[in-house]
Amino acid sequence: MKITIAGLAVRHPAAAAGSTPALKPVTLAIQSGEQIAVIGPSGAGKTTLLYALACALKPAAGRLELDGVDPWSLSVAQLQKLRGRLFLAPQTPPLPPRQRVITSVLAARLPQQSLLASLRSLFYPSHIAEAEAALTRFDLAGKLWDRVDRLSGGERQRVGLARALVSSARLWLVDEPLSSLDPSRVELAIDALTQSARDCGATLITTLHQVDVATRFPRVIGLRDGELQFDLPSREVTRERLAALYAQHEYELLGAPPAPGDNTASGKQPDAMYCR
Amino acid sequence: MNSPASATVLAPQLRDPAWLSRIFWLCAGLVLLAPALVLTEFKPWTLFEPGTIKSTRRFLADFFPPKVESEFLLLVAKECWRTVAIATAGMALALLIAIPLTLISTSALSISALPGRMHAIPFMIRQAIRWLLIMLRSVPELVWALVFVRVVGLGPTAGVLAIALTYGGMLGKVYGEILESDESHPTNTLLRNGAGRLQAFLYGLLPQSAAELTSYTVYRWECAIRSSAVLGFVGAGGLGQQMDNSMKMFQGGEVATMLIVFMLLVGLADYASAWLRRVLA
Repeated sequence: MKITIAGLAVRHPAAAAGSTPALKPVTLAIQSGEQIAVIGPSGAGKTTLLYALACALKPAAGRLELDGVDPWSLSVAQLQKLRGRLFLAPQTPPLPPRQRVITSVLAARLPQQSLLASLRSLFYPSHIAEAEAALTRFDLAGKLWDRVDRLSGGERQRVGLARALVSSARLWLVDEPLSSLDPSRVELAIDALTQSARDCGATLITTLHQVDVATRFPRVIGLRDGELQFDLPSREVTRERLAALYAQHEYELLGAPPAPGDNTASGKQPDAMYCR
Repeated sequence: MNSPASATVLAPQLRDPAWLSRIFWLCAGLVLLAPALVLTEFKPWTLFEPGTIKSTRRFLADFFPPKVESEFLLLVAKECWRTVAIATAGMALALLIAIPLTLISTSALSISALPGRMHAIPFMIRQAIRWLLIMLRSVPELVWALVFVRVVGLGPTAGVLAIALTYGGMLGKVYGEILESDESHPTNTLLRNGAGRLQAFLYGLLPQSAAELTSYTVYRWECAIRSSAVLGFVGAGGLGQQMDNSMKMFQGGEVATMLIVFMLLVGLADYASAWLRRVLA
């Protein structure tokens, strides 16, 4: 999906009308099929940008175009149809604890299904093989029939990512996909994500805290205090630029790869609360 | 050591500073209660006047022995079953009212509220339905039963309709509260990713609250059994109607039998609903 944003500023719905927006006017052009990492210290507006692209937050100013269409000029029904072609994976996996993994994964297919088909899928899941294939890519084979509350935090996060593979979305917006993963799974998850996006021909935009992982994306966007700091091919992202981006937030840069055993989203949670 | 006398000699800083307000609220409570006692003609001593005691004793003596003829027991069993049937049919109709109204009025399933504030028209529709539910449940089922006895005549139909309306309102309101109090993150994400409202309900909201919804429904079914017996007294069929008849005929023995059977029935329903709720929790 091709994205154009011009002077897009976004304010949290609960914020006062005159307050400083969480995302100050930003202009970007993203081609179909690109893979982009968004980095920056906590509170930089990464999640806000993602939510604005997902049409989950209404812009306070500026213009957003998805495939040449301004989503906010559409009717509610048309906008909802457009949302079916976007896939937003929030940092906290949005999985009901009492649900089975298969149902959680197949929930990503809802926009392309009729109500009747989704009801039938509750009695006997349709597209089991598809769900299993998606889970296998995230090393979750065999978890198909487990209940979500039996999974660990990292497994839940990977189930949340596996959802993207069964959706037919053209734009994947993934918020902090690695926050709950242990270091050994980081590689796997990011490979599965980028490879599957390439296979599906989807555009992939993900926010990241791990700078070393971010530089594996072809294009890196740096945000700080709601402003665009740089938008560069990853090989031009130098240590100096990173140091400037994370100035006074060095601990986030230095502590970039999660400490061993750090299986939870501790420390990064406040950032996620931002948009919810 | 702890005699009141020694309390008076305690230094000021050791005295409980809260006791004055405690005394105040106690007195305030009594002052508020007094008019209620006057209004309700609360005179418990009339219970113990010789005349009252005599008539009470006669009334209670009538209860003994309970009537246990097989023909009568068969009738009681049939009425008992009818009472359960009234409650169950009433609940089924109540669900038909409550479920659609809940789905319409739950703001957790609002698409227009996704980017911030709900639009005016959906908000007004939701508010109107909420008021409708409150209205339905604030009219006591006894009043609905009296109305329906006039409309459809004596018999169980009036009881079923009365329970359906009051319980429809009750269930709808509480279902709404249960759904709103649940974690909205999964539902919101599904809506944001383009799912329809009902789809988001089935895949996001329902799996989380199914147990609580069912347990409340079972509890209400038990309440409906008890209330359908009361409805019988105004002619809405079932055990209550038979009890009313026997009472008017001064057949204490019959009343006693029916009371015992009714207590057993309520106990059974209580037990069944407790078991169901334990299994579902």
